[in-house]
Amino acid sequence: MRLSLLILILWVVAAIAGTALPLRPDEIHLERLFAPPAPDDAWLGRDELGRSLAARLLDGAGVSLLVAAVTVLISAVVGTAIGALAGYLGGWWDRVISRLIEVFLAFPGLLLAIALAAFLGPGIDNVIIALSVMGWVGYARLARNQVLSLRQREHVLAAVALGRRAPDVIRLHLLPLMLAPLLVEASYGVASAVIAEAGLSFLGLGVQPPQASWGTMIREGVRYLLVAPHLVVVPGVALSLVVLAANLFGDGLRDRLDVTSRNRQ
Amino acid sequence: MQRLFDTAVVLFGVVTLVFFLSAVIPGDPVDVMLGEHASSADREALRSAMGLDRPLLVRWGDYLAGLVRGDLGSSLVRSRPVADLIAERLPATLSMALAAFVVILLIAFPLGLLAAQFKDGPLDRAAAVFALLGQSIPNFWLGPLLVLLFSIQLGWLPVSGNESPAAILLPALTLGTSLAAVSMRMLRASLLEVLSQDYLRTARAKGVSRFRAILWHAFPNALLPVVTLLGLQLGALLSGAVITEVVFAWPGIGSLLIDAIRQRDYPLIQGVVLVIAVAYVLINLLTDLLLRRLDPRIAAEEGERV
Repeated sequence: MRLSLLILILWVVAAIAGTALPLRPDEIHLERLFAPPAPDDAWLGRDELGRSLAARLLDGAGVSLLVAAVTVLISAVVGTAIGALAGYLGGWWDRVISRLIEVFLAFPGLLLAIALAAFLGPGIDNVIIALSVMGWVGYARLARNQVLSLRQREHVLAAVALGRRAPDVIRLHLLPLMLAPLLVEASYGVASAVIAEAGLSFLGLGVQPPQASWGTMIREGVRYLLVAPHLVVVPGVALSLVVLAANLFGDGLRDRLDVTSRNRQ
Repeated sequence: MQRLFDTAVVLFGVVTLVFFLSAVIPGDPVDVMLGEHASSADREALRSAMGLDRPLLVRWGDYLAGLVRGDLGSSLVRSRPVADLIAERLPATLSMALAAFVVILLIAFPLGLLAAQFKDGPLDRAAAVFALLGQSIPNFWLGPLLVLLFSIQLGWLPVSGNESPAAILLPALTLGTSLAAVSMRMLRASLLEVLSQDYLRTARAKGVSRFRAILWHAFPNALLPVVTLLGLQLGALLSGAVITEVVFAWPGIGSLLIDAIRQRDYPLIQGVVLVIAVAYVLINLLTDLLLRRLDPRIAAEEGERV
């Protein structure tokens, strides 16, 4: 848990450094193209245009952090609200929303995000839209199940009896109890948003050049795999480390907050 | 019956969602496809070819009616039926998905059994690390790494394409490894849960070795959740194939989808997405039906509830 937290903090620091430091990730040095990592020049090496991989890596950290943070925030808020309302209101509302969730779950993996990005066109904002449309479902399902299991608790029944309106009951009496599992879901959500952003960018559907993203760096690097493997290795290591850390952090959070045992009650 | 009705409703929702994707194209799709400088005659021709001059709901009705006849529309760029284009590419994707499924089975079952047998031992811990790595390393990075190792460093396998039979190995490994990691953990957890039950304690008390108990007594009962997961994964293979096919220049429906996206061939994009989603839903339905066969308790429980 500690190591994963450290990696996640490094990721945030790298993202901030990428915008704050006077780096030039687009600066071309054709005379030094494919330069291998060297401590006195670019310490992670240079790419096919002689651009510094370290600077591009920091630039990409910013992109992945921005996309992951905004996507998780939108998906969690929208998904929780929809799922909690479905569970709370029950009846037709619940049936319609449950069907809707099933329809969205019928698109495996990245398929829905790929399809949406294809129609919306490339760009960071469209990546965020596509990933949020794909991502809200998980929170909605979780929130619905949580509300269904919590709504018969006495303090909730008391609040209803006192005439509290549905949004207030959900916000004041149910949400605090659902927070732990939602937090765990959100940290796994960060992992999948980072992979998804890189995946879309790898397919050419996400961030567009010259803006750097770990996905586009791998996409461009694959062409020069024979000549300069570090072009693929460097962004891949960063990407996998962040995803690994977010997954481990979710595991640690789950154990610490004792989410599964609470669900069993 | 209820299950079949549910599936039909979901399929209807999927078709609707895929159709209304075309409504999110920013601006005028004809402008996007032809560019700013096209003549107005060309625009009108394309507009009526795509049916864009008619209201959205009418087009939706036509789309549904077409699907019932097995008509997915026709490609804008290749001027051929979308269904034919997909049918041509489907065998390549299916063979890769099947090979990846074999990879999943070959990794997940032995490793899951061994991890349960030697719980908390070094082998179990190694398997846990493998599972974590498998879940965290994305396909589009694992693929190039495997190419780097097996094709370039060792020179054992071809880099891409599907000319030789050995060419399927790397795509299958790339696609299968991460999913195998999940199945392996599921099999281990499920085995350990079954192992704690009374009938297994009885078997162990009668002198059955832990290994025999796992293989003969626990395994068949631990298999049920794994079958559900494998069903989900078989479907996930089809969407994972999109990225893997691009990595290895594999001529399946995944690279067809990416080509279509690059050419803004909207009907073809919709067709491929629809085929993958529908296949996923149907595979899940078949898995459910298979589970009922394997475990009569499921049908019995539902009978009680009704």
